[in-house]
Amino acid sequence: MRLLMTLLLASVSLPAMAGEFWISNEKDNTISVLDEATLEVTRTIEVGKRPRGIIFSKDFKTLYLCASDSNTVQVIDPETGAVLNELPSGEDPEQFALHPDNRHLYIANEDDAITTVVDVVERKVIAQIDVGIEPEGMAVSPDGKIAITTSETTNMAHWIDTATNQIVANTLVDQRPRHAEYNKDGSELWVSSEIGGTVTVFNTADQSEKGKIEFAIKGVYRDKIQPVGVKLTSDGKHAFVALGPSNHIAVVDQATREVLSYILVGRRVWHMAFNADESLMVTTNGVSGDVTIVDMKTLEAVKTIKVGRFPWGAAYRP
Amino acid sequence: MLKTALLPAAFVAAISISVSTACADIQVTIGYLEKQVPAPPVLYNLDEIPENEGLAGARIAIKDNATTGRFLKQGYTLEEVVIPEDGDTLAGARELLAKARFLVVKAPAADLLAIADMAEAQGALIFNAGAPDVALRDADCRANIFHTLASRDMLADALAQFSVSKRWTRWAMIHGVHEGDLALKAALENSARKFGLTIAGQKEWAFDADMRRNAAQEVPLFTQDFEEHDLLLVADEIGDFGRYILYNTWAPRPVAGSEGMTASTWAASVEANGAVQLQNRFRKQAERGMTAIDYAAWAGVRAVGEAVTRLNTTDPAAIRSFMLSADFELAGFKGAPLTFRDWNGQMRQPIPLSHPRALAAMAPLDGFLHERTPLDSLGLDKPESKCTRFGG
Repeated sequence: MRLLMTLLLASVSLPAMAGEFWISNEKDNTISVLDEATLEVTRTIEVGKRPRGIIFSKDFKTLYLCASDSNTVQVIDPETGAVLNELPSGEDPEQFALHPDNRHLYIANEDDAITTVVDVVERKVIAQIDVGIEPEGMAVSPDGKIAITTSETTNMAHWIDTATNQIVANTLVDQRPRHAEYNKDGSELWVSSEIGGTVTVFNTADQSEKGKIEFAIKGVYRDKIQPVGVKLTSDGKHAFVALGPSNHIAVVDQATREVLSYILVGRRVWHMAFNADESLMVTTNGVSGDVTIVDMKTLEAVKTIKVGRFPWGAAYRP
Repeated sequence: MLKTALLPAAFVAAISISVSTACADIQVTIGYLEKQVPAPPVLYNLDEIPENEGLAGARIAIKDNATTGRFLKQGYTLEEVVIPEDGDTLAGARELLAKARFLVVKAPAADLLAIADMAEAQGALIFNAGAPDVALRDADCRANIFHTLASRDMLADALAQFSVSKRWTRWAMIHGVHEGDLALKAALENSARKFGLTIAGQKEWAFDADMRRNAAQEVPLFTQDFEEHDLLLVADEIGDFGRYILYNTWAPRPVAGSEGMTASTWAASVEANGAVQLQNRFRKQAERGMTAIDYAAWAGVRAVGEAVTRLNTTDPAAIRSFMLSADFELAGFKGAPLTFRDWNGQMRQPIPLSHPRALAAMAPLDGFLHERTPLDSLGLDKPESKCTRFGG
């Protein structure tokens, strides 16, 4: 594998300005780095065990990675791929969200029913908040006032006041919530329910339910349609929902919450990432071990690229 | 937070675990009742039968419920009663039913029915976590018994679907002489008929020799005269002789049923669909792997918790009708929501087909369709079931 990477590196000349998609490979303990211009894997970086949640700092100078089975969040230099240090994360970190202050990470500790707040500068745990069983989905509101944890077996979104680190509201959703995502202006929170097969949209002003989205793909039985990752375009037009073992991404109208179409990607699709101008989207296809590139104008899959085993998370840096 | 009280009694060991919050608006008490049964001797000496099989699953689930309940001001208590082999089952059940209207029961079918038919059990809701008997989902069903453990016919159908999908259409079968072995044999025969498989030969295991010494000599001869078959099935529910069949057969054939690839409600090698989390949580507390009976007890307690969460009531009648409705769903780490069949109270669920090291497949297998859900291709379907106590 290393030899192959060396050969690849030697044979591909990198465009200086192109961005990169970073993909965490859950069962390979690696990250695959994809060049945005060539759409090829340019680097494979060895990381901790069972890498899942993956995000860049707001200035894209640092990568944070949940190494779930190493019980740590790794801090990685994206230029060199070197692990700079590790953050105390609590046990089994799965997903996390970075506060707009670029300093506080909110981490879901799946095995411990805890959300851990870490100061990435001091590398210190600031608070641990008791949440429901198997916390997973994490989000921080654009204004930084509220952090969200969704818990898979408790079936709730927990609304945490970031000033006090206290839960201020709990809202029930359908079975096994996996992911939470704010829209651009923070007025809506979208929460996917994997086993319930739905996405619940909340009005963040009063945590009331604004609507619920259901999915139906011709020829695919309902139980296979398992919403996981959610991404909302910043122009407010589209929402994309990764539908797990149905192997499709749903394209949803953000305003009307109507499902517009389904895009066939790889097997067991988990998460997505956009590039800078939101002209491309990458989807991680866990079972098929590849990622699919979707053209956001035509809303069609344009290319499939082999990465490591069980790609899970995706992040983009310009 | 964890309060344990020992209640001395001549015929039962009763323990109460309360994981409720002090300021709860709603208090839910769930009873766990186990009737201990003698374990028949087996050839192999190293099997460990966990003493708290079932109970350990209920304890994990009550904690799961309580964690969720904390956010909704709902408290949960598990009352545990274990009745020894010579104990009075109905007296234990009576004591428990005075405290709890929801019961998870691990007991043989006859005891389960006797409990369900008690005057005190009318209006209560019982979850069967220990008896796989088909009759309990058929003519012997009760309106107050739901089944979270898969029935033998569901397991046999899962094996048959796997065989069909592999085009292993000819079975041979070796069965033991215990009641459970014969029941499993009957279920496998039914499944073979249902899915168009041929049973090319059957033999009863009637040896009393110690197979640790001579399995290598006995089993090849014992299996030599089977007609041509693709898969060798073993019906040996107590784990007596089946393990000595593997690798000792005359013809090189895979083994399934009670040994080799097994169909079960839950298995230690299930890891996808978040199952790792349940397995880890269980192992941390019980210091062993989670079995099918642990899972069934977990699912019973969780089903009550899920219904209370959604309805905010402890009324068994309201909870019963909610569980039988299309609105009830429970996430159970098997890749599909768990629901209840409204004609016999059986929990619909995927069935893992596994060996000790990995999952081979999850039933229903692709391509086995059904008008309601592929899950109903496993076990007694509505028109087949003679259960009439669910209004069917």
